Amino acid sequence: MSSLPSAPAKVPIWRDVRVLRWLFQIAVLAVVGLIIYWIWGNYQTNIERSSVQTDLRFLDNPASFTIPGNDFDQSSPVRAAFVQGFLNTIQVALVGIFFATILGTIVGIARLSKNLVVKTIAAAYVEVIRNLPLLLLLTFMNLAVVLQTFPRIEDAWKPLDLFVISNRGLAIPWFEGSAGQLSLLVLAGIVLAVIVVRLERARADKVGRPSRALLLGTLALAIVPVVGWITLGYTWTLPFVDGRGTSGGLRLDPSFFALIVALVVYTSSHIAEIVRGSILAVPRGQGEAADALALSNSQKMRIIILPQAFRVAMPALGNQYLNLIKNSSLGATISYFELTQIAQITVGNGSPAVPAFTLTLLVYLAISLFTSLFVNYFNRRLALVER
Amino acid sequence: MTVVFGYVGLWVIWTVIEFVFVTGRWEIIQVNLKLLLVGRFPDELMWLVGASLTALAFWVAAVAGGSKIDLNNVQTIPQRLFDYTRRFGLIVALAALLIFLAADIAALLLAFQVLGGVIVGRLVGLARRKVSVLGAIPSIIWHPMLGSPAIALVLVTLMESTLEEWGGFLINFYMAIISIVLCFPLGVLLALGRRSSFPIIRLVTTTYIELIRGAPLFVLLLLAGVALEFFIPPSIAPDAIFRGVTVFTLFTAAYLAEIVRGGLQSIPKGQTEAGKALGLSTTKITYLITMPQALRNVIPAQIGQFISLFKDTTLAGAALNILDVLNVGTAITKQQDFLGQGLIYEALAFVALLFWVGSYVMSRESQRLEKRLGVGVR
Repeated sequence: MSSLPSAPAKVPIWRDVRVLRWLFQIAVLAVVGLIIYWIWGNYQTNIERSSVQTDLRFLDNPASFTIPGNDFDQSSPVRAAFVQGFLNTIQVALVGIFFATILGTIVGIARLSKNLVVKTIAAAYVEVIRNLPLLLLLTFMNLAVVLQTFPRIEDAWKPLDLFVISNRGLAIPWFEGSAGQLSLLVLAGIVLAVIVVRLERARADKVGRPSRALLLGTLALAIVPVVGWITLGYTWTLPFVDGRGTSGGLRLDPSFFALIVALVVYTSSHIAEIVRGSILAVPRGQGEAADALALSNSQKMRIIILPQAFRVAMPALGNQYLNLIKNSSLGATISYFELTQIAQITVGNGSPAVPAFTLTLLVYLAISLFTSLFVNYFNRRLALVER
Repeated sequence: MTVVFGYVGLWVIWTVIEFVFVTGRWEIIQVNLKLLLVGRFPDELMWLVGASLTALAFWVAAVAGGSKIDLNNVQTIPQRLFDYTRRFGLIVALAALLIFLAADIAALLLAFQVLGGVIVGRLVGLARRKVSVLGAIPSIIWHPMLGSPAIALVLVTLMESTLEEWGGFLINFYMAIISIVLCFPLGVLLALGRRSSFPIIRLVTTTYIELIRGAPLFVLLLLAGVALEFFIPPSIAPDAIFRGVTVFTLFTAAYLAEIVRGGLQSIPKGQTEAGKALGLSTTKITYLITMPQALRNVIPAQIGQFISLFKDTTLAGAALNILDVLNVGTAITKQQDFLGQGLIYEALAFVALLFWVGSYVMSRESQRLEKRLGVGVR
C-alpha cells in the first residue's frame, strides 16, 4: 500500500482552472461594465451641461411639421408622427418584399433558362445591379428618373388612360369605399381561399391528380372582394389630372415610388442569386423524375423544383427581407416620411436626439426580431422532417 | 421569346451606346474629375495620395503573390497574359479612361507608380515562397509588416488635410480600407467569443452582435452624427470621417463575426480532437488548426461583406455630410456652368462606373480564389 504514489497535493487556488475561468469572465464583465459606466457618466454630465430632456416626454410636444397625404397636422403630437412613420416603414417593407420576391424569383429562374438571350439579359441585370450601391440607385430613381425624366403635371404621361405619371407622383386606378369594409372583404377572401386550398389539396390527394390549389385559391381570393364590391355598390375610379394635381384613383408619392423601385430592383438582384443557387441545389434526379412522369416544364418547376428550392432558400431569403426593411431607412435621404426621416425631422425641430434615436433603433430592432421569428416559423414548417 | 427579349436586349445596348458616345455630355465629368476623385485635396499633398495608393498596391500584390496556393497548372505566357487581361482588364481600362479624361502627365506617372508597387509587391510575395528565410516568418508577423506602411500612409493622408478639403471617391475607398482592416480582428474575436465556453463572454458578444445586426446602418450613422457628443467627453469628439470609420468598423465586425462563426461551425470536431491528441493548447488549436480552415471556408462571404461595406460608404455621405463621391456627383450638376441642363445621368453614370468596376472585380477575384483554394472540393 505504501508504495502507491500519494494523492496529488491540492491544486492551489490561483492555478485552479475552474477558479481562473470565472476570474477571467468576471474581469471581462468588469471591463464591459466600466465602459458602460464611463459612457453613462459622460451622458449624465453632458445632458446636465446642455440641459436637454432625457425621457420620452417629447412625444407629447406638437410636431410642427406636416406629412403630406394624411390628416396629420402641425399641432399633432410627435407621437403621432412616429406612429405614421412606423406605418409608412411597414408599408414600404410589405410592398417591397412582395415585388422583390416575385421579380427575384423570375430573374433567378431566367438565369438558368436554356434560351441564351434570356439567360444573358438576366445575368447582366444581376451582375450590374448587385455591384452598385443602393443609395446610388435611389438617388438615380429620385433625381434622374422622377424629378428629371417624368413630365410636369400639365403634360403628364397617361398610358392607356389608366395611369397618370408625372413628377408629382404616380396615380393608379383604385377602389372607392371605406377602408374598413374593404379590409373585411379581403379578409373574407383570404379565409375562403385557405378553405378552398385545403379542400382541393385533400381532393387531389384522394383522386391522385395534380392539385389546382394555386389557381382555385387565387380565384377564391379574387371573387369574394369583387362580388362583395358589386353587391355593396362600390366602384373604382380612374385618376385624372385636376389642375395642379390628380384626382381619383390612388396617388403614390414620388418619393414612395422611387424608394420602392430602388429597393425592389436592388433586393431582387440578390434574391435572384439565392433562387438560382437553391434551384441548383435541388438534386438533378428530381427534375429527371418529373420528366419521367411526363410533367410539363411549368408543372416541373411549380410542383417539383421550386417547393424544394424554397426550402433551401428560406433562411437566406429571410436575411434579404431583413436587409430590405433596414434599407428602407434610406428613404430619409429622399424625404420619404418613414421612421428614420421622422426621427431626423423631430430631432431637427428640437426633440432630444438620444431618446428619439434610441426609440427609432428599438422599433427597428423589434421589426427585425418579429420578421426573423416569422421567417424561422416558416423555415421550421418547410424544413425537411428527417427520420 | 428569343425575339422579344432579343429586341429588348438590343434596345438597351443601343440606348447605352447612344448615351455614351452620342448624347452624353461628358465635359461635366472632365471638368470636375479632380473633385470627383479626391475632392479639394491640396495639390502640394497629392504625393501622399500617390504614396498611399502605391503602398496599398504593393501590399495586396505581396499577399496575393505570397499565398501558398498550389501552382501546379503551368501556363504558357500567352495563356497567362489572357488570364491577367480577364482578371484585371477592367481596372486597367478604368485607369486608362481616367488618365484620358484627366489628360495630365501626373496622372500617368501615378498609374506607373502604382503599377511599380504591384510588380515589386508580387516579387516580394514570390520571394517569400522561394527564399526559406522569408518563408520562415509566420504570417501573423509577415502580413502586418507589409501592410503597416500602407495603413500608416492611408491614415496620414486622412489626417493630413482638413475635412473641407477631403472628398470624392478616395474617401469612400479609404474609409472602406481602414474599416476592413480594423473590423477583421474584431470580427474574429467576436466570433470566438460567441462560441466560447465562458457563459458571460458568450452573453456579452451575442448581445452585441444581435443588437448591431438588428439596427439599420444609416440610423447608426445618423446617431454617430448627432448623438455621439453625449456619450464621450466633448474634448475627444472625432470629426465626421472617423465617426464614419468607427461605425463601419463596429457594424461590419458584427456581420463578419457571424460569417466566421459559420466557418468555425463547418470544421469537423475531429480537427479539434486531433489537436488535443497532439497536446496542443486551446489557443494553438484555434490559431493553427481551426481558424485557418474556417477563414478559408468562408472567403466568398467575407469578401461579399467587404464589398457591401465598400458600397455602403456612400451612406456616410448622406448621414454625416461627408463630401463623398455621390454627394460630389449630385453637387456638380448644380454648378453655374451645368445648372438645369439635366446632366444628372452623366454624373451618376460616372459614379456608378467607379463602384461597379471595384465591386465586380472584387467579387470575380473571390470566386477565383474560392476555386483555387478548393473550397468544398475535399
